[in-house]
Amino acid sequence: MSVAVQERRITEHPSIEVLPPRRSRVWSKLRRRPAALFGAVLVGVFVLLAVLAPILPIPDPAATSWTSIRLPPSSEHWLGTDQNGRDLLSRMIWGAQASLLAGVVSVMIAVLIGVPLGVFAGWFGGWTDATISRMTEALLAVPFLILAIAFAAFLGPSLTNAMIAIGLSATPIFIRLARGQTLAVKTEDYVESAHAAGVGQVAILWRYILPNIAPPIIVQATLTIATAIIAEASLSFLGLGQQPPAPSWGAMLNTAKNFMEQAPWMAMWPGLGIFLVVLGFNLFGDGLRDALDPREA
Amino acid sequence: MLPFIGRRLLIAIPTILMISVFVFLLQKLLPGDPVLALAGEDRNPETLATLRELYRLDDPLIVQYFHWMLNVLQGDLGMSLRTNQPVTSLIMEKLPVTFQLAVMALIFAVGIGVPMGILSAVKKGSWLDYIANFVALSGLSIPNFWLGILLILLVSVNLGWLPASGYRAFSVDPVRSIETMLMPAFVLGTALAATLMRHTRSAMLTVLKSDYVRTARAKGLRERAVILKHALRNALVPVVTVSALLFGELLAGAVLTEQIFTIPGFGKLVVDAVFNRDYAVVQGIVLVTSVGFIFMNLLADTAYKILNPRMRDS
Repeated sequence: MSVAVQERRITEHPSIEVLPPRRSRVWSKLRRRPAALFGAVLVGVFVLLAVLAPILPIPDPAATSWTSIRLPPSSEHWLGTDQNGRDLLSRMIWGAQASLLAGVVSVMIAVLIGVPLGVFAGWFGGWTDATISRMTEALLAVPFLILAIAFAAFLGPSLTNAMIAIGLSATPIFIRLARGQTLAVKTEDYVESAHAAGVGQVAILWRYILPNIAPPIIVQATLTIATAIIAEASLSFLGLGQQPPAPSWGAMLNTAKNFMEQAPWMAMWPGLGIFLVVLGFNLFGDGLRDALDPREA
Repeated sequence: MLPFIGRRLLIAIPTILMISVFVFLLQKLLPGDPVLALAGEDRNPETLATLRELYRLDDPLIVQYFHWMLNVLQGDLGMSLRTNQPVTSLIMEKLPVTFQLAVMALIFAVGIGVPMGILSAVKKGSWLDYIANFVALSGLSIPNFWLGILLILLVSVNLGWLPASGYRAFSVDPVRSIETMLMPAFVLGTALAATLMRHTRSAMLTVLKSDYVRTARAKGLRERAVILKHALRNALVPVVTVSALLFGELLAGAVLTEQIFTIPGFGKLVVDAVFNRDYAVVQGIVLVTSVGFIFMNLLADTAYKILNPRMRDS
């Protein structure tokens, strides 16, 4: 029987309600949440600025000028200049690139390591589960930033190492989530049917488990990007992330705290940038979680 | 209750062992010869040989771990290369400062977060609820080191109300000590207040729908009494346990807050240790915070069992 005929028969039956495809259901729920849309727009604006940074008509973020040291915002320098006469708007836009890159890459590291480990733990159970779970509990016991600082301290200060440190610190969250979701999905009828039909374990994990555990992982990833951006800014603020003269919001704040009386605007913009991007990801993540929750109307 | 605590302590042992393995392996992440990194500036062959012997670096990894663990179990976390003091005494010296900051931050967090959560749940769907939710989300999104900088700019530089630095120990000068800690504690407390607000709101919303609240209202009790006497008492159970679990966040937040307000606590110790390449101190701090976090978890579970009558009998 063709799908079209099946659909027609179902819709002809008065007692059966045909739901639209999941993706469009999620989208229609998301559209009804202005806060989530506002979050998406905030993130979109910063992503666009970060991507277009090389072609935007802005000065070189590292170009110093001894004649324009610590200038307040003006028509020439919209956000003012720093202690080396560098244009703050340009450094903000290039700094967005570092922050967003750090947020996305570190979460990708966490997902790529955490999800397979969590799925294996949930699927195989026994010693695999016990070992992975104890390891996860141990790592979860170390406060996130302390763990990231420890990794960054031993790996050495750089943006790449900060991303690895944040990624490794966020990994246990995804192991635990993927394990729990796999445990819930593996007893579903369709997985047991696939098993009975002789589908291989790898194929079941790839075709049935992963797609069905993806939604909560996507939501968690969105919310973790927000945490990772703050963590990168914190590490850079402490001098363990992006190294000068490369621009980074956290490092800019670290410098700004030495010039608070002479140039308060230096501290204003990087903090506002971090706040808006993180707020954007949090609003969008919250909205996405509600939209993907089947209990929410 | 004692068998419960004993059982939980037994469960914690493998986790603590796993953490110790992880902390021990951290120094293996050091690029190149670990002795060179551990010695810092001092490249004297004698120092290098002493360090090699001290850390048993020529022994197999498992033997090295065993000796390290044996020392840890005796309270010996090694020596600080920078100050030449035992790491344990360094940590013990800084802990009270951070403890004071954490307690004051928790007072701010509970004082702001819980009333906001109650108000938001009672007035669900109103503009007050929306504002409270937005403030909470903003609290979670503001980097606390930026909030600290803004507060210094406003309260210390412009208004001159509070000092931006110059910490005094509580035992030496209590008034000055509280004065210097007010701003850092507020900064550290705001993010936690946001978390507490969300938990209180969600717990209150669940409790307000329950039968006993409906019964209390049907008896003709005033709404104020229903909320404060019946609903809040039960809604606070998960909130109390969450507060204990916020310990990790408090310590992590203290690292940045202490850096901004130059408070000589636990957080400043870890940052200084990182920059001085004082790896034994970094390892010691990771170990102590993790074990502390596990015990706070245990405390949270015990508090939950004591506060929740249904759990007490199970």
